[in-house]
Amino acid sequence: MADSVSSEEVAVISNTDITSTESENNIINTMVERGTALLRKLEINVAEAEKRTGKNTVNMQETYTVYLIEIRPAETEGGTPAAPDTLWRRYSEFELLRTYLLVTYPYIIIPPLPEKRAEFVWHKLSADNLDPDFVERRRVGLENFLLRVASHPVLSNDKIFFLFLTEEKGWRDAVLETGFQDKADSRLKSLSAMFRVKNPDKRFTALKQYSDELNSVISQLLRIRARVADRLYGVYKVHGNYGRVFSEWSAIEKEMGDGLQSAGHHMDTYAASIDDILEEEEHFADQLKEYLFYTDAVRSVCRKHELIQYELEMAAQDLAQKKQQKEELATGTVRIFSLKGMTSKLFGQESPEQKESRLAALEQSIQEGEETVKEKNTECQEFVRAAWDDIEHFKEQKDKDLREALISYAIMQISMCKKGIQVWSNAKECFSKM
Amino acid sequence: MSGHTVPADFSEHMLDLDEDEDLEVFTKNTSLPDGSPLPNSPSSMVNQYRLEDDDEGKEDANTKDIFVTVDHPESQVTAIETFILYRVVTRTTRSDFDSSEYEVRRRYQDFVWLRSKLEEKHPTLIVHPLPEKFVMKGMVERFNDDFIETRRRALHRFLNKISEHPILSYSQHFQVFLTAQDLAPHRKQGPGFLSRMGETVRAVANSVRGLRSRPEEFAVMQEYVDDFSNKMCCMDKVTQRIVKEQREYVDELKQYSPTYARWGELEEELTEPLKGVASCVVQCSKEAEEHIQHLSEVLVPALHEYVLCAETLKAVMRRRDNIQAEFEAKNEALLTRKAEQEALQEEVDVLADRMEQANNSLKGDWARWQHSMTSDLRSAFISAAEKNVDYYEKCLAVWESFLVSQRADASGGQEDVA
Repeated sequence: MADSVSSEEVAVISNTDITSTESENNIINTMVERGTALLRKLEINVAEAEKRTGKNTVNMQETYTVYLIEIRPAETEGGTPAAPDTLWRRYSEFELLRTYLLVTYPYIIIPPLPEKRAEFVWHKLSADNLDPDFVERRRVGLENFLLRVASHPVLSNDKIFFLFLTEEKGWRDAVLETGFQDKADSRLKSLSAMFRVKNPDKRFTALKQYSDELNSVISQLLRIRARVADRLYGVYKVHGNYGRVFSEWSAIEKEMGDGLQSAGHHMDTYAASIDDILEEEEHFADQLKEYLFYTDAVRSVCRKHELIQYELEMAAQDLAQKKQQKEELATGTVRIFSLKGMTSKLFGQESPEQKESRLAALEQSIQEGEETVKEKNTECQEFVRAAWDDIEHFKEQKDKDLREALISYAIMQISMCKKGIQVWSNAKECFSKM
Repeated sequence: MSGHTVPADFSEHMLDLDEDEDLEVFTKNTSLPDGSPLPNSPSSMVNQYRLEDDDEGKEDANTKDIFVTVDHPESQVTAIETFILYRVVTRTTRSDFDSSEYEVRRRYQDFVWLRSKLEEKHPTLIVHPLPEKFVMKGMVERFNDDFIETRRRALHRFLNKISEHPILSYSQHFQVFLTAQDLAPHRKQGPGFLSRMGETVRAVANSVRGLRSRPEEFAVMQEYVDDFSNKMCCMDKVTQRIVKEQREYVDELKQYSPTYARWGELEEELTEPLKGVASCVVQCSKEAEEHIQHLSEVLVPALHEYVLCAETLKAVMRRRDNIQAEFEAKNEALLTRKAEQEALQEEVDVLADRMEQANNSLKGDWARWQHSMTSDLRSAFISAAEKNVDYYEKCLAVWESFLVSQRADASGGQEDVA
């Protein structure tokens, strides 16, 4: 495991000291520790997205999107920013990187990727992966992912991650060479298996429960949001009909004509304003989604711990059994039914030489078993230690990020209200002039 | 037609001299340069029709001499039926009323009677419509509270519109309606159902024959009426749709707060801001509901009323057309038939007079109606716009106070209240 970083000052790039207008432009709500070695050197952006067509693995034409990653050395005082190094990555490569990290750092809550397919969609929003709005939001999400990894005290030091940012061609081979696939397969098999831990760690149990409930509550929130967005869209757009009718009506009136006409324009403005409002709200939804996906990562760490715990318990159990067998063999008593014991009873006692060799083998086995238990124990303890370190780090990050998200949600609501006040005040003036 | 037909205009049968005088004077009326009718009925009318926008309410208070309210709906159950009685209170300083205050009970049918009397007497004046007999929207309970209240308000407006009308407010029937404890004996008098049938038959016959040509100004009016009717129906529909969409929006919005609250219980550091957001959403939902209430009580009825007005206008135009058609028919008979010249000439003169009266009534009332419509709809729209502003201002305050509470908690004095 990597050494912890020295405690540098923490630069918080969040929304606390930004005006509402700036907050509209600020995409990242991440708490970024400037202290990590990687970020001291590099600035990372996912700058663009482009469509490509090519042949896939089964030799069929497909269209996919690639994203441009820009790396520049971190700005020094008074220096001119250097030209960035760039490379292109597609979503599946990000997925590969993440899988690698998941396997290599099982005790770390690995930051999630933006969703593969658009979910929690309200009617106007496209669920199409190639839709430009979706692609744009995904670009932001991928940049966020890279920054999260680059700012993580452990993950930022990973070689493969560094290569991901710098080696366009050779990266895939480098990842596969680490052999993580084998670990992945075996881990996957174990994780999907049903097993019960005898003495579950209460902290992890509580964490898993919290994570599951958080998942449920955020999912519900996102579903409600989609429905509310749908309804609000309807309300605003129907006002557009006022615009049309006022305009037609103004043509037949003498006194009221001008007032109606100009009021109609304001109604059109009102109806159009919902598009921007909901676009902004989409960003809030994305922030919630990130933590929704984070809950999967948390759950995964808990499961891995369970697995290690289980393996430890199995090893200890196995050792205990062997010790028991040795005792029986040595003293000749059979306390526990065993096939060997039965056969020896049926087919006669074994010779002292046989007994000796069996004892020796058992002794060996016990020694190995003790080694295994010791190893597993250490593994478990180290896992727990490293995991809880990361969990504490995650909790802090989550509290800060989500609080900022709620604040920026409030700022959005305020902005929406201000627009409403403006439009309806204008309309009222027009009506007064009728 | 037999010699004993009942003519469409029954004014001759009403022996109230005052009313005849009114009509006569009104017939000779010419409009003021700005198009409003000369106020030539009782003197108190003089100030009533300025077209400037200044303090209409104050004016009315100064010049209005009759105040009518409709309230206290009460259910009445008899062996045959159940209906609602409304209390009608009148306060007036007019000399033609014996007393200065009256209180009577009237049912919807009584209002219908009053209106039909007014229309009979003044076929080309624009008599404000009554609320509809039935509401189409699948209302199961006829005596549902909302329905009764909506109807009560509309009846109140109806009587007020009549009392503000320079001609109609002096109608004998109106006075009887406001003052007689028992309306039944009055309702039995005068031309009833059969005569109205006769009018309808004749109207149909006339419309089949068709109009020779409509005078330009009435042709313009007809076109306006058709367009206006269209626009009002659209406005009515759009507004009802907005109310519906807003109701559905609020229903969904309400789902937020229990979810945020539930999340708050899950967290430690985040509990406070989450509960804050939950409470904000609750407050905003309440404001939205109030907003919907206001729309339903102010804008929706106002627009609906003018949908009905448009129908009234169409009927008025039809009746005017019929009167012209009758005259034209008789006139043609006069020109073609050689016998009975003298008798026919008399009839033609009567019909010509009647037509002139009808046209002038309408012309005079038209400007008054337009002004009234403009004023009514303007104030309804202003009110709706104000309520929207109010709604957004209240929600703004809710979210701003949340922000302040969060920023106060956050480290340092980062005070940037948006």
